[in-house]
Amino acid sequence: MNEIARITDFDVKDYLRLHLMPHFMCPGCGHGIALRSLLWAVHDLGIDRNRLAIVSGIGCSGRVGAYIDANTYHTTHGRPLAFATGLKLARPDLTVVVIAGDGDCLAIGGNHLIHACRRNLDLTCLMLNNEIYGMTGGQVSPTTAATRVTSTTPSGNAEPTFDACKLADAAGASFVGREVTRQAPALKNLIKSAIEHDGFSFVEVMTDCTEIYGRKNDLGESPEMILSQKCDMVPDGLGNAPDQPFRPNPMATGILARHARPEYGRTYRDRAADLRAEKGR
Amino acid sequence: MSSSLQSLQGNKACALAAVAAGCRFFAGYPITPSSEIAEKLSRELPRVDGVFIQMEDEIASIAAVIGASLGGAKAMTATSGPGFSLMQENLGFAAMTEVPCVIVNVMRGGPSTGMPTKPAQGDLMQARWGTHGDHPIIVVAPASVQEVYTETIRAFNLAEEFRVPVIVTYDQIIAHLVESVELPRRGEIKIVDRKWADGTEHDFKPYAETDDLIPLMARPGDGHRLHVTGLTHLPDGFPTQKPDLASKALTRLLDKIERHRARIDKVELIETADAEVVIVAVGIAARAARRAVETLRSEGIKAGLVRPVTLWPFPEEALRTAAANARLVLVPEMNLGQLVLEVERVLGRGVRVAGLNRVDGEPIPPAAMVSKIRELVAQ
Repeated sequence: MNEIARITDFDVKDYLRLHLMPHFMCPGCGHGIALRSLLWAVHDLGIDRNRLAIVSGIGCSGRVGAYIDANTYHTTHGRPLAFATGLKLARPDLTVVVIAGDGDCLAIGGNHLIHACRRNLDLTCLMLNNEIYGMTGGQVSPTTAATRVTSTTPSGNAEPTFDACKLADAAGASFVGREVTRQAPALKNLIKSAIEHDGFSFVEVMTDCTEIYGRKNDLGESPEMILSQKCDMVPDGLGNAPDQPFRPNPMATGILARHARPEYGRTYRDRAADLRAEKGR
Repeated sequence: MSSSLQSLQGNKACALAAVAAGCRFFAGYPITPSSEIAEKLSRELPRVDGVFIQMEDEIASIAAVIGASLGGAKAMTATSGPGFSLMQENLGFAAMTEVPCVIVNVMRGGPSTGMPTKPAQGDLMQARWGTHGDHPIIVVAPASVQEVYTETIRAFNLAEEFRVPVIVTYDQIIAHLVESVELPRRGEIKIVDRKWADGTEHDFKPYAETDDLIPLMARPGDGHRLHVTGLTHLPDGFPTQKPDLASKALTRLLDKIERHRARIDKVELIETADAEVVIVAVGIAARAARRAVETLRSEGIKAGLVRPVTLWPFPEEALRTAAANARLVLVPEMNLGQLVLEVERVLGRGVRVAGLNRVDGEPIPPAAMVSKIRELVAQ
């Protein structure tokens, strides 16, 4: 057990489906840190796991949810936010956390992301950004940095990347944050704030794909990749210049935007109650 | 108070039936000619503590429906041709994860955007085989506004009973037709609810094989803490790639429908006992066929009609029996030949099967069926 775990009463094993171990993640993959940080946040918040629903999409991120001993839904590629919207509207009593990848959120599911941001239903979306399509063999993603070599950009990526946090903010997300896996306690705290936030929360987790992205681009092993995430960190404000080679640079972390906006589910239910009251009169 | 008689448009009857059946969640995206279902439910659902949401597209709509159903709500969406195509992947997810839900597909001309305000029957095979892989499905095809009402209720009941997505499909004419509908009193409507798991045990197996092949559902929040995945999974809900177990899991999905056909099948037979000419038709085409049968009978041709109300699974036995003495089977349909393939499959080479097709956005009139049959009988 590491030092941080020792000084808290959090034991990740209490929250995992241990019968599924060993997990499928590659050595050095940051998704495990994201998983652990989420569970740590769940622990700190004292969330009843019977009322915790994890909805994931397809890809490396999509498989992460299955390890959580809660109500877990492994849905279709790009659609976890849409599934979660139905689940949360039907069951406002559940805490619903969406775990999605950069492809899930920004490519195939881009439409669902912007509308989830706009709608402001009380969901927490963790976008695990490893800048690559890992499970299908390392193809370019909407967040792959310019010039990077992937299995579908043999001469280097020529497309600019999304700054997902800027996108979420512009689309109306009432909570936007970003953190790197190197800072697990900070990531945990960010996820806590996101879950506590009343409305749609978007959290970009910068993780690393060591095996098929880092290696191909000579980015070093996991420690080097994780360390590099913190280069040029700016403590506040949205990141910019996403078409620069390598990371969005400078990359802002922490809570990047927080707005008080009406939560959609409550707004809908309040109006429905008004309608019923009018009818009863 | 007895049942009430109302003039209703097909799509509105569908919406009212959904509420009567216990539907408390609708997610959809507007598309002609199905939009009135959404419009009606946007007014009705808040009044019964239900939720209506207009999603960003059809893919999101069916995803939200499945999410709501997993949460415990009876849920539906309604769409038309192109939107139905977009829903197919998640329709497969619902079949694989055994999530009850109802999808209404008001058929319009196609392919592509086709003729949005014109009727067609081009989605009969899409309803059966639209999603990838072998999957169970139930499709009901009402032919009147009254039947839209009763079959929508039955669709919810079948979905809940068999844990399967159920498709209600009819064409633009029935969608926009206004007819008298007898609305039963609330207590007179048979409502089926899914079987919930008792207790809260954490080691509950959500896909355990029961005697009737239909696993119990568990509600989130009750303590079961399940995993639901579209991957081929074991009775405990977690994925497997073991050949024998994968085969068993998928075969059960199809068997759970086949084994219970007696409770799913519904077919209308008109004058088939001594029929020498049998018409097989669904929806609006079947209504014309009914008139054609009357005309042919008055001319001395022993004609009959087989109208599958449950379109899938296809009423094979009823058709074989009805066509036992037939020398000709005619399949009039508003497409270029879909239902006829199934009729040919069921009847084999023993009987002459012919199609009568129309894809110009107009219904097939009874006279066209009569003259086609006269012509074929004379040959």
